[in-house]
Amino acid sequence: MSTATRDSGVVQVRGEVIAIRRAGAYHHLTIVAPGVAELARPGQFAALAVGGPTTGNLLRRSFSIHKVSPSGTYGGTLDLVIAAKGAGTEWLTALRAHDTVDVVAPLGRPFPLPTEAVPTVLVGGGYGSAPLFWLADVLRERGCTVEMVLGAASEDRLFGVVEARRAADRVTVTTDDGSAGQRGWVSDVLPEVFRRTGAPVAYACGPMGMLQSVTRVAAEHGAVAQVAVEESMACGVGVCMTCVMPVRGKDGVTAMVRSCVEGPVFRGDRIRWEAFHDGVCGVPEDAVGAPKVGGH
Amino acid sequence: MAVDLSVTLSGRTLPNPVMTASGCAANGRELHRFFDVSTLGAFVTKTVMMDPRSGRGTPRMAETSSGMLNSIGLQGPGIHAFVAKDLPWLKSVGARVLVSIAGNTAGEFADVAKVLVDSDAFDCVVGVEVNISCPNVANRGLVFACDPLASGKVIALVREQLPRDVPMFAKLTPDVTDIVSIADAAVKSGATGLTMINTLLGMVIDTDRLRPQLGGITGGLSGPSIRPVAVRALWQVTAAMREGRFLTVPLIGVGGVRTGRDALELIAAGATAVQVGTATFNDPTAPQRVLTELEALAESHGVARISELVAVAHDRMVIP
Repeated sequence: MSTATRDSGVVQVRGEVIAIRRAGAYHHLTIVAPGVAELARPGQFAALAVGGPTTGNLLRRSFSIHKVSPSGTYGGTLDLVIAAKGAGTEWLTALRAHDTVDVVAPLGRPFPLPTEAVPTVLVGGGYGSAPLFWLADVLRERGCTVEMVLGAASEDRLFGVVEARRAADRVTVTTDDGSAGQRGWVSDVLPEVFRRTGAPVAYACGPMGMLQSVTRVAAEHGAVAQVAVEESMACGVGVCMTCVMPVRGKDGVTAMVRSCVEGPVFRGDRIRWEAFHDGVCGVPEDAVGAPKVGGH
Repeated sequence: MAVDLSVTLSGRTLPNPVMTASGCAANGRELHRFFDVSTLGAFVTKTVMMDPRSGRGTPRMAETSSGMLNSIGLQGPGIHAFVAKDLPWLKSVGARVLVSIAGNTAGEFADVAKVLVDSDAFDCVVGVEVNISCPNVANRGLVFACDPLASGKVIALVREQLPRDVPMFAKLTPDVTDIVSIADAAVKSGATGLTMINTLLGMVIDTDRLRPQLGGITGGLSGPSIRPVAVRALWQVTAAMREGRFLTVPLIGVGGVRTGRDALELIAAGATAVQVGTATFNDPTAPQRVLTELEALAESHGVARISELVAVAHDRMVIP
């Protein structure tokens, strides 16, 4: 079943799982989802319903797209990387071949690509690396060189190290505990990577704290960071208004914008990082329509 | 034979009784990617106030059993941007629009209504839904809809701004001791209909961090888990109107509708039209699907017109 797209860049399809396999601490799903591959670009995401048609878990779970394939034995496919950490993701990772799952994709704005062949740095935290290999392929097709930095708490929480060696010109791995690669954070190795490559742009996906540090290190080296953010979303399609964050527009004005439609990719230097504190994000006082004393 | 799905709400005839619910469909463009929003009986817009509002910080939501809690804080562009951009777009795709408005004070509700009435695209508006389930700044933030006097004042002030033939629905909260007395006050003050129910106030604690999960601490509970509350509220107000306690007006049912069967349940309790809210987050085509399912169900009940099913359960009680 595939719901009409109305020529709108997104499809809702009942996908069929054709493969599910462990990848370290994660699960890698391949889903037959006709129509998605032709529309999707690196950095976009998919929103999956969980629990079947009568589920009590109503909210969709959103995942950045790992890769797509327009055709094959089964028709177009979509690959996602999922960490089981709650009722919905546990249901998804318990799916088996031929089970069905309702997919809405592709959603959100993709990573903007450089117009010229320039050196690039791609940074992934944990399974945030999922969309970067596909992005690397697209960048290299355009003549860009790609240097990849993958970081995680420990070796089992890295995703795609082997694939990175194929997709990138050079790969650096860091783990907090030193179980793989260099001990430490991606921000420890990034200054050297920017110095060596002279890259004017970095692409990053992973936890918010990491995205903030990538943005800072990029700026220190005169580079722009394009970051794909993580914010909990109820719908993924722009109607619930739950996934907002404070982002400065081109005009310098900050607004609470939806990360599902205006994002998930933002210029890192436009995000008001100072508003984020331990899982809570406030509204900056200068944001459009910010609460006034006694006003809300 | 096909069932006649048309319904009349305070003088306006709609092709069918299914609508979006305010705050669950943004202002149309997003869902229009999935289905033609003009096929619905009406499109209900996100509550708009006078000025732009950022809404609250995050987290703004928590999933609950068969539902969710939200604390958006009435984020919106303000009525001037709404009538300049959103309403003309809805008109351009042929939607019939029920505009949800609110204010921090009773006077602000009226001011918002005035800007709306004076706007160029006002002719696509089939009614105004007055969201009185928002805090009254002048009364320490007590929700207007919890107080019959405050509710009546808002409704009367908005009524003065609207042309006589424009339907006005008061949207009621179920978080009151006696919803019938609030309904009575709204109708006596000029509401030509009522929308029931808004969300129920709730709270979730994050048991990993042992702190409130929502940035706004409390939030509105919605989804299928609240549907029995909506059915009860519609039933009580319908019963009061049938007893002649106040003027009979059409009701719009909202609360936990996910399927055509759910919609029929609200209709049988007394709703003339039905809104689909939180289910849209699960399935962006939910409003259209509910309409299709409702049509098939009405046909299976053998009625010629869907309106024959409104409040039908009141006549079917078996009293031994």
